[in-house]
Amino acid sequence: MGFLDYFRASRRKQDNTAQQAKERLQMIIVREGPRRQAPDFLPRLKRELIEVVRKYVTIDQEKIKVQLDREGDYEVLDLTITLEPDERAD
Amino acid sequence: MGLAQKGHKTAAVDFDVGLRNLDLIMGCERRVVYDFVNVINGEANLNQALIKDKRVDNLYVLPASQTRDKEALTKEGVGKVLAELSKAFDFVVCDSPAGIEHGALMAMYFADEALVVTNPEVSSVRDSDRILGILASRSKRAEDVEEPVKEHLIITRYAPNRVNQGEMLAMDDILEILGVPLLGVIPESQSVLQASNSGTPVVLDEKSDAGQAYTDLVARFLGEEREHRFLTPPKKGLLHRWFGG
Repeated sequence: MGFLDYFRASRRKQDNTAQQAKERLQMIIVREGPRRQAPDFLPRLKRELIEVVRKYVTIDQEKIKVQLDREGDYEVLDLTITLEPDERAD
Repeated sequence: MGLAQKGHKTAAVDFDVGLRNLDLIMGCERRVVYDFVNVINGEANLNQALIKDKRVDNLYVLPASQTRDKEALTKEGVGKVLAELSKAFDFVVCDSPAGIEHGALMAMYFADEALVVTNPEVSSVRDSDRILGILASRSKRAEDVEEPVKEHLIITRYAPNRVNQGEMLAMDDILEILGVPLLGVIPESQSVLQASNSGTPVVLDEKSDAGQAYTDLVARFLGEEREHRFLTPPKKGLLHRWFGG
């Protein structure tokens, strides 16, 4: 890294658009296990779940994680919502 | 073209009916007499429609029709032409139009292997995910419950210096999101536009980094082990490193 980069470093952390791109894509692309077995309603389900949660709580999209896990014969839909104390809608 | 350079008899078929362009990229646009739809409709036979490349032995191009409706590609017609081609050629490369319309669906339907080309842009990566989903569910192999279409990923227009700056999705991130084995990374290169300008595929340009990356990619496709190159920014001089962007 050149010495001028040192001064750019602080700016760069905020503008890491590649990281944003990755996170946005990961939000919309749900893929678990082999593709042909992944039900194609999953992305829609995920979107609707987020909409329902948002009806009651104002929340960043990044605070919601939806994951489909496979445990033996079972599929577990794991929904994690991180709530901040001041983010309640009421 | 890369496959033909390696000595394999190869046919490249343009599935972009209505927006014919493979002939232009291959530099044979003035030699088109009959096209894919003519062959399907029995107005010409395959040998009349196939254009032999003048630079590389073993390479033939079957151009798309420019005027017809894309529905002119019937599943039966395409299947018949591809079956005939596969008897005479080692590889039949189906050049799919972008998107998920009829031409693209026909190009992938009969595929044994698929090369999904993406660039590090969010829209391209998401579209590739969709295409992979369709490949897995709507190809002939999927319908016949055979071995799935073998998927390969190609990342084009990759700029390692922008990746380092956090301005571009990194190769590993794209691979993580799409979950498909990587066949090759093609660096962003000025020679690609020059290649299409002149109708000389960039793989023929041995001096160009993109050309070399395509040569590596073809070798990997044929089973050779080749290290991935052009993944880090080219080394710069001292002054450049200090003051350059």
